[in-house]
Amino acid sequence: MAVRIAQLSCGTEYSGVQDEINKAAERVGGEIVFPEIDVELIEEACDEIGYHPRSANLRVLLARAYALANGYADADAAFILTCFRCAEGALVRNEARRYLQQNTDIPVVTYSFTEDLDAGELLTRMEALVTIVERRGLLARKKQEGLTLGIDSGSTTTKAVVMEDDEVIGTGWVRTTKVIESAEKAVNEALEEAGYSLDDIQAIGVTGYGRFTLGEHFDADLVQEELTVNSKGTVYLGDKQEGGATVIDVGGMDNKAITVWDGIPDNFTMGGICAGASGRFLEVAADRIGVDIEEFGKIALEGDPEKVRLDSYCIVFGIQDLVTALAEGADPKDVAAAACYSVAEQVYEQQLQEIDIREPVFFVGGSSLIDGMVKALQDVIGVEVKVPPYSQFIGAVGAALLASNFI
Amino acid sequence: MARVFVFPPNSLILHDLVERFGHEPLSLPKEVGKKVRDPEIDSPPMNVTPEDVKKGLKYAAVEVPSGVRGRLSLIGPLVEKADAAIIVEEVQDLAFGCMGCDRTNKFVTYLVRQRNIPVLELKYPEDEEEAKEFVREIKDFLESLEG
Repeated sequence: MAVRIAQLSCGTEYSGVQDEINKAAERVGGEIVFPEIDVELIEEACDEIGYHPRSANLRVLLARAYALANGYADADAAFILTCFRCAEGALVRNEARRYLQQNTDIPVVTYSFTEDLDAGELLTRMEALVTIVERRGLLARKKQEGLTLGIDSGSTTTKAVVMEDDEVIGTGWVRTTKVIESAEKAVNEALEEAGYSLDDIQAIGVTGYGRFTLGEHFDADLVQEELTVNSKGTVYLGDKQEGGATVIDVGGMDNKAITVWDGIPDNFTMGGICAGASGRFLEVAADRIGVDIEEFGKIALEGDPEKVRLDSYCIVFGIQDLVTALAEGADPKDVAAAACYSVAEQVYEQQLQEIDIREPVFFVGGSSLIDGMVKALQDVIGVEVKVPPYSQFIGAVGAALLASNFI
Repeated sequence: MARVFVFPPNSLILHDLVERFGHEPLSLPKEVGKKVRDPEIDSPPMNVTPEDVKKGLKYAAVEVPSGVRGRLSLIGPLVEKADAAIIVEEVQDLAFGCMGCDRTNKFVTYLVRQRNIPVLELKYPEDEEEAKEFVREIKDFLESLEG
């Protein structure tokens, strides 16, 4: 049976996007439904929620959320959409999402659209909704059991983790070259540290770009996209499995910002058009200064980012700015600090402004190991940023944790 | 002494009433005053800087107009620290601001209700009798608050 996705929206009918929404839902095995409500329910809903938007359509949107929360209507998931750049739409969309999360247990995803609706983004969100509904039992897991292996095949590095009885007992980290070879190497490293062989492993979970290839190769029990797996791994290691949190994942090539509720993602943005906002930029910058990435993070802590002008968000022009600054005699510490701030500001402006920051904010991915980056992110966002243990292995840990469902 | 948020947040009448009954009014003029008296004026006339507007992201997403987020960066923290609130609705003719600000007002009253603090909600009075009743209700409410 199709997963019934309740559409709570304003403006879709006048934006020519409804057909795309229906198609995206169908592609992932979902069906769009509109919660039916009586006119009288609108006033009651607004009174109960305590919010009376001026827009009549947005009042209907809130009433539909209220209907779902109070048994007047039924659905497996909710998709809340409003037009991009509508002030009241954005405010109501966010509060309707919050209201549903606090009063129902159905997954909710939000989206703001233009007439040039991004079919890929829409599809990813729909896919996440359907996955969450169909795999809710699996995602509810909070404790790792037995002996499991998690592999995260990332764009730059491949990570493997062996877990036993709720503890990480072995890790492997190698640069991604050939997907299968890199994974085998990482897995061997992790197994060696753990003192087990692959035959001893009771269940395997894989995630990341190469998940389908590795899923087949290792005959994995779980093959899952990284948004749900990374969220799960983060709240598990960060000990925040209930309520809200934000996950900022700055990887080798791209970055993601995910808001989670009870460990399940409900909104996210992904960047990656330019590597200027990724770990790769910091690697190149470290190389140019002539220090390794760990040292780079440490000297960045001592530098003053204000002293170096870094105007460009492109990796090529960004490095040119750095080279110019160094040539003019800038202190490498200040240059390192400025590079960290540049990445933090891009993450903030491109990603975090599209989701609502929920504390605690967790910083994961390879870049979270760079001290200067953590400080820069904290300064730019203005809230405390937490780095959970094994933050660079978050996807592998999430996969190992979820894999224990298959024992 | 309770910290009482007043809505409309620029209401001098409500500010004055709260103060007369021995409580601390949380209102916008006071916040704007602090900004204006800043020794360094970075962003005249009110000294709301782009940094303040970024702080408003705590309450509203980036696609909400910057002016709305700037207002929320001043009003939001007041709502957060309030022990009680007085909301006066239906003051359209005397209120000001653009369409976005109007939406901010709706949102602010919602934020107040979410706090689960004592809230007195009133309609703006239209004649003398209603005005007397208006002040009486505010007086009773303020007196009921723990000192």
